[in-house]
Amino acid sequence: MDDFKVIDNYLCVKLPEEVDHHKSAYISENADKYILREQVSNVVFDFEDTRFMDSSGIGIIMGRYKKIACFGGKVFAIHADRQIKRILHMSGLHKIIEIME
Amino acid sequence: MIEIKQKEMVAVQGGGSMKNEMALEFDAVSTNESFARVAVAAFITPLNPTVEELADVKTAVSEAVTNAIIHGYENVYGYGRHGELKPVHVKVQEGKVYIRCRIEGDILHIEIEDKGIGIEDLDKAMEPLYTSKPELERSGMGFAFMEAFMDDLEVESKPLVGTIVRMQKKLGCSNFIQGEE
Repeated sequence: MDDFKVIDNYLCVKLPEEVDHHKSAYISENADKYILREQVSNVVFDFEDTRFMDSSGIGIIMGRYKKIACFGGKVFAIHADRQIKRILHMSGLHKIIEIME
Repeated sequence: MIEIKQKEMVAVQGGGSMKNEMALEFDAVSTNESFARVAVAAFITPLNPTVEELADVKTAVSEAVTNAIIHGYENVYGYGRHGELKPVHVKVQEGKVYIRCRIEGDILHIEIEDKGIGIEDLDKAMEPLYTSKPELERSGMGFAFMEAFMDDLEVESKPLVGTIVRMQKKLGCSNFIQGEE
C-alpha cells in the first residue's frame, strides 16, 4: 500500500481525492495500525491529491492527534489547497497541528 | 437504487433570472455521499458558481447527507467497499435520503430529508464540537460547517419521524464581479 509510508519517526498518510465519512474509517484504522506497529510518534497528512474534505477529515486528524499528542508527537498537514486550509482554520485545527506548504 | 427526476427547466433569457428544480432519492448508505454532493454540484453549474461556492455547497451537502445516514438511519458502515476492515456483522438499515434542490434567480435552496430517528435535542446537536457518536471520531462540526458555508440554515426534526435540513445560498457572485469590470 502506497498511501501509508513510514519515514524515520514519521507516518506519512497520503489522503485520497475525496475525504468523507465513507473513506474515513479506512484511513483512521490503517493509520492507527501503522502508528502502533511502527511506533512512530509523528503523523504527516499529505493533501496533494485531495480536492474535497468535509468534517469527517477533521475527525480523522483530531483522532490521530489525540493518539500521539500525549507521547509528544506532532501532526502536520502538507500540500493543502485553499479550500482544505479554510476547513482546517474554521475548525480550529490549525492551532494544534502544523500546516506547511 | 437511485432515482433522478428533473422536473422543470425554464431559463429565461436576459436578466439572468432562472428557475429550475430537481429531486433525488437514494439509499442511506455511505457510498452515496459522494454521489449526492456531485449531483448537487452538477445541478448548480448553470449558475456559474465560483470554485469556492461550489466547494461550499458540496461540503454542506456532504455534511447533511452524512448526518442523515449515520445519525438518522444509524448506518455507520454502508454497503460497498470499505477497506478490508469492514466488520462482518454490519446490518444496513433500510432507508432513503431525499434531496430537493430549487434554483430561483441566483438563489439556491436545498432540502435534505431523512425519515430516521430524528433529533431529540436540536440545540445541543447544533452546538459546535458536540457529537452523539464520539466513538466514530465524528468531529461534531457538521452543523457548524453547514452554517458557515451556506447563507441560511434551518433544521426541522421530530424524534422517530425524521429530520429536514433546509439551506440557502446566493450563487454566481463571479458574474457580478465580471459585470462590474
